[in-house]
Amino acid sequence: MRETQGFKIYRGVVLTVLGLFVLVPLYVMITSSLKPLKDVQGAFSWWPSNLTLTPFVDMWKTVPLARYFVNSTIVSVSATVFSVAIAILAAFAVSRFRFRGRTAFTTTVLSTQMFPGVLFLLPLFLIFVNINNSFGLQLVGTRLGLIITYLTFSLPFSIWMLAGYFDSIPRELDEAALVDGCGPMGALWRVVLPAARPGVIAVAIYSFMTAWGEVLFASVMTTEANRTLSVGLRQYSTQTNIYWNQIMAAALVVSVPVVIGFLLAQRHFVAGVTAGAVK
Amino acid sequence: MSVATQEATPAAAKPAKKKTRRGPEHRPGLNRWLPYLLLAPAVLAELLIHIIPMVVGIWMSFIKLTKFFIANWSAAPSAGLNNYKVALDFNNAVGEGLLKSFGVTVAFSLITVALSWVLGMAAAVALQPPFRGRGIIRTFFLVPYALPAYAGILTWNFMLQRDTGAVNHVLNQLHLSDGRTFWLIGSNALVSLITVATWKLWTFAFLTLMAGLQSIPGDLYEAASVDGAGNIRQWRNITLPSLRPVNLVLVLVLFLWTFSDFNTPYVLFGTAQPPAGDLITFHIYNASFLTWNFGTGAAMSVLLLIFLMIVTGAYLLVTGRRSRRA
Amino acid sequence: MRLRSFVAAVAATAMGISLAACGGGDKNDSSGGGSGGDQTLTYWASNQGTSLDNDKEVLTPVLQKFTQDTGIKVNLEVIGWNDLQTRIQTAITSGQAPDVVNIGNTWAASLQATDAFLPFDGDAMTAIGGKDKFVPTALATGGKEGTDPTSVPLYGLAYGLYYNKAMFAAAGLQPPKTWEEMVTDARKLTVPAKKQWGMALAAGSYTENVHFAFINAAQNKADWFDADGKPTFTGDGNVQGVLRYLDLMQKDKVANPSNAQYDNGTKSVNDFATKKVAMVINQNNADSSIVANGMKAGEYGVVPFPAPAGAEQVASHVAGINLSVFKNTKHKDAALKFVKYMTDATTQTTLGKPFSSLPVLKDAKPVFTTDAAEAATFQDVYNTKSKPLPLVPAEDQFESTVGKAMNSMFAKIATGGTVTADDVKAALKTAQDQVAAGS
Repeated sequence: MRETQGFKIYRGVVLTVLGLFVLVPLYVMITSSLKPLKDVQGAFSWWPSNLTLTPFVDMWKTVPLARYFVNSTIVSVSATVFSVAIAILAAFAVSRFRFRGRTAFTTTVLSTQMFPGVLFLLPLFLIFVNINNSFGLQLVGTRLGLIITYLTFSLPFSIWMLAGYFDSIPRELDEAALVDGCGPMGALWRVVLPAARPGVIAVAIYSFMTAWGEVLFASVMTTEANRTLSVGLRQYSTQTNIYWNQIMAAALVVSVPVVIGFLLAQRHFVAGVTAGAVK
Repeated sequence: MSVATQEATPAAAKPAKKKTRRGPEHRPGLNRWLPYLLLAPAVLAELLIHIIPMVVGIWMSFIKLTKFFIANWSAAPSAGLNNYKVALDFNNAVGEGLLKSFGVTVAFSLITVALSWVLGMAAAVALQPPFRGRGIIRTFFLVPYALPAYAGILTWNFMLQRDTGAVNHVLNQLHLSDGRTFWLIGSNALVSLITVATWKLWTFAFLTLMAGLQSIPGDLYEAASVDGAGNIRQWRNITLPSLRPVNLVLVLVLFLWTFSDFNTPYVLFGTAQPPAGDLITFHIYNASFLTWNFGTGAAMSVLLLIFLMIVTGAYLLVTGRRSRRA
Repeated sequence: MRLRSFVAAVAATAMGISLAACGGGDKNDSSGGGSGGDQTLTYWASNQGTSLDNDKEVLTPVLQKFTQDTGIKVNLEVIGWNDLQTRIQTAITSGQAPDVVNIGNTWAASLQATDAFLPFDGDAMTAIGGKDKFVPTALATGGKEGTDPTSVPLYGLAYGLYYNKAMFAAAGLQPPKTWEEMVTDARKLTVPAKKQWGMALAAGSYTENVHFAFINAAQNKADWFDADGKPTFTGDGNVQGVLRYLDLMQKDKVANPSNAQYDNGTKSVNDFATKKVAMVINQNNADSSIVANGMKAGEYGVVPFPAPAGAEQVASHVAGINLSVFKNTKHKDAALKFVKYMTDATTQTTLGKPFSSLPVLKDAKPVFTTDAAEAATFQDVYNTKSKPLPLVPAEDQFESTVGKAMNSMFAKIATGGTVTADDVKAALKTAQDQVAAGS
């Protein structure tokens, strides 16, 4: 594209409009978290007239935010680790082997992506209950149950994306490794994985974000002990008050680690998405 | 996130070391089974979390799972096709509600997907040629996607309040309204829902399209410029066709996401969902949990799944045929 | 049938378990405790105080005292109202339930229908101190009429009309005794110039709305279900009752249209506490919120929510929190002891103040306020001017369908539309069909 005068105007307009669209909610979130409760309950103002940090202090007391934070972190990190490991193995099989059932597998896995969550919310709950009753393995109301659930949510997309990524790595590289005496797993470990690092990182980010932001299953599968942030934040509206400034402060604190992580690694994410999509 | 990759790889590496010592190429039996071994964990997880629950869900749609049987649900009597009849009887209140919700959801999905694609494309094209600050703007645009869904939606909820919200304040300052518009009740609820969903989704479209643009060779454009093609024609003749594979997948994914979007209505409206914002998954969730009629809820879910499968199948068929012809 | 058994077989083989084994009673992870004296009860309390933490602070010493007296430990979890119903549902479905749980008393008949709760039959009732200790109307909320209740009253609540004394004095008004007086007063106290409104309504909250649909219909001597438990929503008394309440915003214009977005009672109470409105109708636990938001105890007064002149004197439904024991508890005796303890006179007095509740016991005095007149008003409303919500299994559906219909009608009014008696009737017809289809 040439940077004609027309293009520059177009760019200016698009970037301004979209920039404002993105910016305004973020600005409101940040400034409202710095206002006293009285100010967020009154008419909206662009500039906080009474700056205060108390929402950031009080939010830990109004709601056991620290516990939810720990829960969300443990659940999301574990789900990511397992999901990525499982996706790597599966994607390697799909990308490098021709075997009976390959198409059936990829079709089935991809089609699970379109299952609406409500369809299996209650059944999954009942299955977890049965597992508990038969094997004594507690899955309802524990972090383990959430980890298993969330790791599967990101699995279809991860396998698909990684398989696309692996496909883009020349097979000659694996074959060279095989000639060198590595097995297929050696080829995966020494050749394919290092070359696919951006894809792996992208998948990891995707898994983490899926788990960190999930609401539906968390609303049914969590109890006070394993509650995650996604449902915990609702508790700022209590019987007596709605602490909007604390909600905004908490939303901000909860978002910062994910946003920073994502933005730092976005280059890989973009590359991963392309490899998957262009396949 | 780097923790994840470091942790993940040793697991994959273990069997590798063993086999390296033994020399795997001499064991064709293992190689035949290896792909299945590699798939096993994924298959197990999918079975446990997706496939079996889906089968159980289909089974639930054929039983009378109301509050009278929920404590002992294995004893619930068969309902035959009754749950489906109730859900599909559009002259009846329940069926009518489902149909309305379906209509709202179709409108919501089509508009949201279209808007997200248009905005994503506009931004991706604007950021195609390098200029100072491009990286920063690109990163900034990705923030809504990176933000946990509920955090962004809660902020919008706050902004869309009638008396204390930023949206009415802005409209009033710009003299576009009297600043007393309701955004979370009445028919405006759909507008709010689309705005919030688009705010979050367009950046994903942007991300994907931007990645797609990078893979278009620059000399294509140069050649077109030499031929005297303007930017608009270049976009139509080069950009759009090159992005076709990306677009095919992107539109489908966006549609599937928006059509079964639960987070946005759930967090935006809470318990007070207005009819104009009654998206179908939210409708089913309420039909199940508020009225304790899990059998009917399951039947509605199965119907939704069938609909999504038909749409996806038809989409893939049509687009597949067209690209073969092209 | 064949499909069902096939699916069951698939599911069972795949998981290596039998579906038949998964009834409610198969709970092998009791929450600690064994056969000896070392018993631990799990107790789910509802959010009654200013925050979940506040509830915990209030309840912990009370539970410690119980442990000292009986040697039975209590494992407490406080659950917010957003989550309580879902949590109870999942507990019923899974059988992984606490021993004792707080429920909103309006759910009692619906929850009873699930057969997951222990009926307080003769023996159980004796174990908790006999039914004669309770206020009869309060106990009546415990379950369907003519059955052993599956819940007993714990905290009593009732609606009252809170009014701002200074605003009434400034306008030279007396607190209203009839609906008509209330509307007249509210009109006079609606001063657009001062951004002051006569009343605040939680018009976006389906649970609040349905209570007023019920109370206004009850004032018209109308019922929502007939003797067989069939819905009779479209009766004239119901339609007129609903319309009367809607008209506070529509015809009388004494409530800010913004109220249509108030999705819980908190918001309307806040308006009252911050002196934006002159009146609010709320349950007596509004006291703590009003004070927490800056109003002093002597600045407001309370009168019964008035009925139209000549109508039935119903000022509230019998509101409040009940206590239930899950049937599959492994600690039935301990659970009953706990229920007895929570509903005895001393505990009721201790908890009455922090949770702003009315005593559910016959001879007890309300302690939630130091204002003797207010206490007497609420006690009188609770004991003599209140009627329980329909005690039928479909009560929960009545709440969600009628309540949501009212939400929509308020939304229509607020956004400039008109709601006529015919519209109300049509909306109630839809709600009635939904209830009929669901049962």
